[in-house]
Amino acid sequence: MDALIAVAVLATIALVIGVLQRPLGDYIAWVVTSPRDLRVERGVYRLIGVDPASGQTWRAYLRGVLLFSVAGVLLVYLLQRTQQWLPYALGLPAVPEGLAFNTAVSFVTNTNWQSYSPEVTVGYTVQLAGLVVQNFLSAAVGIAVAVALVRGFAARRSATIGNFWVDLVRILGRLLLPGALLAALLLLLGGVVQNFTGFTEVTGVAGDPATIPGGPVASQEAIKLLGTNGGGFFNANSAHPFENPTPWTSLAEIILLLAIPFSLPRAFGRIVGDTRQGTAILAAMATLFLVCTSALVAFELAGQGTAPELAGGALEGKEQRFGVVLSAIFGSSTTLTSTGAVNAMHDSFTALGGMVTMLNMMLGELAPGGVGSGLYGMLVVAVIAVFVAGLLVGRTPEYLGKKIGPREVKLASLYILVTPVLVLVGTALSFALPGVRDDVASTSVWNPGAHGMSEVLYAFTSAANNNGSAFAGLTANTPWLNTALGVAMLLGRFVPIVLVLALAGSLARQDVVPATAGTLPTHRPMFVGLLVGVVVIVAALTFFPVLALGSLAEGL
Amino acid sequence: MNTSIRTTGRSLGTAVRTLLLATIVLGVGYTLVVTSLGQLLMPAQAAGSLVRDEEGVVVGSSLIGQSYLDADGQPAPQYFQPRPSAAGEGYDGGASSGSNLGPENPDLIAAIAERRAQIAAFEGVDPELVPADALTASASGLDPHISPACAELQVARVARERGIGEDEVRELVARFTVGRDLGYLGEPRVNVLELNQALDEREG
Repeated sequence: MDALIAVAVLATIALVIGVLQRPLGDYIAWVVTSPRDLRVERGVYRLIGVDPASGQTWRAYLRGVLLFSVAGVLLVYLLQRTQQWLPYALGLPAVPEGLAFNTAVSFVTNTNWQSYSPEVTVGYTVQLAGLVVQNFLSAAVGIAVAVALVRGFAARRSATIGNFWVDLVRILGRLLLPGALLAALLLLLGGVVQNFTGFTEVTGVAGDPATIPGGPVASQEAIKLLGTNGGGFFNANSAHPFENPTPWTSLAEIILLLAIPFSLPRAFGRIVGDTRQGTAILAAMATLFLVCTSALVAFELAGQGTAPELAGGALEGKEQRFGVVLSAIFGSSTTLTSTGAVNAMHDSFTALGGMVTMLNMMLGELAPGGVGSGLYGMLVVAVIAVFVAGLLVGRTPEYLGKKIGPREVKLASLYILVTPVLVLVGTALSFALPGVRDDVASTSVWNPGAHGMSEVLYAFTSAANNNGSAFAGLTANTPWLNTALGVAMLLGRFVPIVLVLALAGSLARQDVVPATAGTLPTHRPMFVGLLVGVVVIVAALTFFPVLALGSLAEGL
Repeated sequence: MNTSIRTTGRSLGTAVRTLLLATIVLGVGYTLVVTSLGQLLMPAQAAGSLVRDEEGVVVGSSLIGQSYLDADGQPAPQYFQPRPSAAGEGYDGGASSGSNLGPENPDLIAAIAERRAQIAAFEGVDPELVPADALTASASGLDPHISPACAELQVARVARERGIGEDEVRELVARFTVGRDLGYLGEPRVNVLELNQALDEREG
């Protein structure tokens, strides 16, 4: 019965996303390529001092991305440090330095890792002016970078890859803002709250004191999911009844967080002028998504482990209204994208179920990945895949008519290495540095044994891949973890972006070579298989040993 | 070098202006629009699906679970009892949280065994009958629901404590039970707060 229900829910998601990705992908392609500026956009360009007609080299584009992100980190940091003087602070003091740094970086990098418990740390001004704004901006930056890379493939002998400010303004104004408005209304309908009443103390039904939280939740929840952000208004994130009141809102939230990442391949196909190429990318993403999600559902339904077996089901850390199936599908969707919102506590998942959530991130978050980052990640894998295929048959590799030379392969290989290095080095240092190890073992880790190791591994996997979910028993609000995870988030976000934009610049400069009989077709099932194979082999070889120390040791 | 510094300076100016504009439009404007539409179109949901007693005083939200304890802090036997909670001291609406205990954690294993024994004794039933949701803490610690099996387990005790028929209690349970959304989403569930409120009001 449960398996049948899981199949029905997955089929619903596949149907909705399958129908939606075509028009939404076409729409996104129009947003970033349309030659006309709207009148309000022209006003914005005048205000921010940008000539919308001018193109940028990849270096200028990158400069825009980096300066904008630095400014974002500073603003969110300052808002937190001065919170006590801001309106609607709910009586909360300034956020301490280390935590404020971690949180600012976390939201600007689209990670939305939360070392803090929102109810007791941030008031409404920080939530709105700091966090909600970055929910929009970090998502738009990710999409913009992906679009720049796609332009690199589409361009011929071009020095420029578009204009960052124009991409940013259009993605925000034409895609994310209207999308978030609609999503917020839908969530409101389901019971997500939207008010400014703070915490209301009442006398409960049986006379016990009870607290009813409030806040502008629906507006934040909408962009949190649509932009694959994931930072909860409340500590319990999308498990909180005021963020996710019913099973159908849970399904709606899953679809919201998958919608843009699964539509970008279509936009990619449109922009390069061959929608079959987009379909191949989509097929690779969908294959990985269905396999990983089915595995997670199966492990959670099997409910292996001492505690779940004793209780008669893996319900610790799961809400009754969602049950095992919706919790597992949400958990898989959130870790296969860069969302990191949770509607159940991953720390209490079965050992193997928890491992799948980690593995999902370790695949590089590209099935379908974060908004923008999923597409550019998968396109980098495509570069690696044609290179591997080229080695096998002894031909110069090409992708979409662009020669994949030494420079392109170097950039792609470096990209693939960044997050594994951050994950493994960060985890290793946490247990190897003498002073740090004691702190991690005594303060941070919550569960004993192999599971405690997994908590730290999960944290670095989540930070380096800009996911933001956690084995949340971990106390991350310590000097070491706030700093180390903050650095992992920064490097895990911006080093890949530098490499992707350099790749875009290098591709844009090239002319297109005509396809010959010897060119590897990149729209056929064989290429889809090659993409999936490269993703799985890279992740498996990199992470199998460390998973063996944690989840596999616990679950087998 | 000088041109590069100038370009960077200009880009930084653009960055700062864009950020400020975004803060006004996306942080303040967007939130106020959603808030206004919420107040206008769906005021009950926007305010938190509040539940009032017969005098109109707010006693809770139908979406946020509560505890039902007697003067000694023990489960009050005349009320349906919710799931275990890891939010603060239990059902603290200002501190939502799961237990985050892993599947092999000895504390969790011990807690499940202890809860099973306690609940079986409290209800006077075979320990094997206690369902999984009654033995495990939810993700939010504010779960407003229990499973229909968990409610059925408590019917006899609540009826006895209140001196009313089990059928009558069962009828009320049925009234606050909902099935899966659209027939296949999520799990069947009983809203504990609405059920307990209805029990109190019935006695008037």
